[in-house]
Amino acid sequence: MTLAINLPGLQLKNPIMPASGCFSFGREYSHFYDLSELGAIMIKAATEEKRLGNSTPRVAETKSGMLNAIGLQNPGVLKIIENELPFLGGYDLPVIANIAGSTVEEYENVAKALRQTDLIHAIELNISCPNVKEGGVQFGTVPEVAYEVTRRVKEQASVPVYVKLSPNAADIVAVAQAVESAGADGLTMINTLTGMTIDLHKRRPLLSNKVGGLSGPAIKPVAIRMIYDVYKAVNIPIIGMGGIMTTEDVLEFLMAGASAVAVGTANFQNPMICKELIDDLPTTLKQYGFESIEEAIGSAHR
Amino acid sequence: MKLMNTHLHAISVIAEKTIKMDIVIEKKLLETIRPGQFVYIQIGSSSEHMLRRPISIADVDIEKELLTLVYKELGEGTRKLSQLKKGDPLNLLIPCGNGYRIDQLQLSHALLIGGGIGVPPLYYLAKKLVEKGIKVTTIIGFQSKEDVFFEEEFKGLGDCFVTTNDGSYGQQGYVTDSIEKEQPEFDNYFACGPNPMLKAIELKLTDKKGFLSLEERMGCGIGACYACVVPTKDEKGSKKICQDGPVFSAGEVKI
Repeated sequence: MTLAINLPGLQLKNPIMPASGCFSFGREYSHFYDLSELGAIMIKAATEEKRLGNSTPRVAETKSGMLNAIGLQNPGVLKIIENELPFLGGYDLPVIANIAGSTVEEYENVAKALRQTDLIHAIELNISCPNVKEGGVQFGTVPEVAYEVTRRVKEQASVPVYVKLSPNAADIVAVAQAVESAGADGLTMINTLTGMTIDLHKRRPLLSNKVGGLSGPAIKPVAIRMIYDVYKAVNIPIIGMGGIMTTEDVLEFLMAGASAVAVGTANFQNPMICKELIDDLPTTLKQYGFESIEEAIGSAHR
Repeated sequence: MKLMNTHLHAISVIAEKTIKMDIVIEKKLLETIRPGQFVYIQIGSSSEHMLRRPISIADVDIEKELLTLVYKELGEGTRKLSQLKKGDPLNLLIPCGNGYRIDQLQLSHALLIGGGIGVPPLYYLAKKLVEKGIKVTTIIGFQSKEDVFFEEEFKGLGDCFVTTNDGSYGQQGYVTDSIEKEQPEFDNYFACGPNPMLKAIELKLTDKKGFLSLEERMGCGIGACYACVVPTKDEKGSKKICQDGPVFSAGEVKI
């Protein structure tokens, strides 16, 4: 069975890729398996300048999930182009560059900077990071604002743009339709849900940022529902994410309407997870009566 | 670093909520372990606990092919670990972090300073130092008498002084009070414990070369997620505790 699927800018050998922020730029995981096995890689968010991120603690475990508030720590887009992308260029691996910013201009500048490299195949426009004081999630919760930032990044980008949607929007379908009409080539969904946990001994929020983004299996049903709704309302492909741990989870995302999936938090529990899912997916697809990936996509709607 | 399945060989309580675990690990891997490194251990096999727990390596027995961990039950994850029995399966990332690079050092007398659950990694360090003919003096501090462990073990390797915060055992006060009182002679110091302790030691022992082992909540454990960072002293960058650490030279990072 072929697991291949073609999406704007991305010829995927299989529909499995690590999610942005959980996999850095791949180096650490390359000690566990050959990165060329992956469908693609979504690299850690790039901003215009270097960012140091939030104070620690930055993560906290919650039941079947975790909260994180890293705060977009990264060396800045130019350093990423110079020091990280050449490493990934050594693999047979489509690269999706996640971009973030505090202002629309910053998003534009990061997209513009990425024009100087041919080592990325798509941009993931991160308008949904809940962990920074300025920018991030505010761009992703109001359809008009999401439209504007998408339109302006599309003008700068030399590769297809996938917009990463926030589950913290009041109406995610409206945001999805807005970014589609602004020219988005695809959607990735969902980013984390804002959450909090309190340290009983210290009587204050455990994370230094107080609020963090909830990820992991705990948010999977939210992701499935949102992808199901958005799939019906748009004509651009969706890369789905949110708590994937098993090949059954992957199939569920495909059925809801995702054309490919990203795996995030599960990499922390099992660094081999992406490879294991890729190896086991054909068996699961067959078991549920599918001859190809494409047959499974959106099959819960028919 | 290796991702591996193994099993528990023995488990016992050695002090208040303080658990010692012996885990079966093959000789070849044990020979590569440096003191100060840690294992990143999975809790259960379901999705309930998505984050592993970092636990420092307290001892290595190459002949018996055993690795010893000592940890404190501080929450649900470590409580679950404590319910395991001999023969139960364990999944580890091992070994993690840099550890104390004692092969690169020239010294004749080491001062080891441990606070609470920072004490365990110093035991394997002490053994390795003594093996190299280096004299070891240890100062270990605990909250209270029932928290004290490894005193006899350290006494078998050199001088060992114990402090408790409440004075219920040994000298009353902090490890820094004991340094003041005992005035031990040493070339380099090696410390592991809570950040306020490490900070106090760094401020007190400014004229000596030292190494500090840090602790933080971790995500991936391998350097990919940037959860467990610590700013460098100049605050212009940061280091990853799981990958660049957990051991740093005194003055390298801002605690």
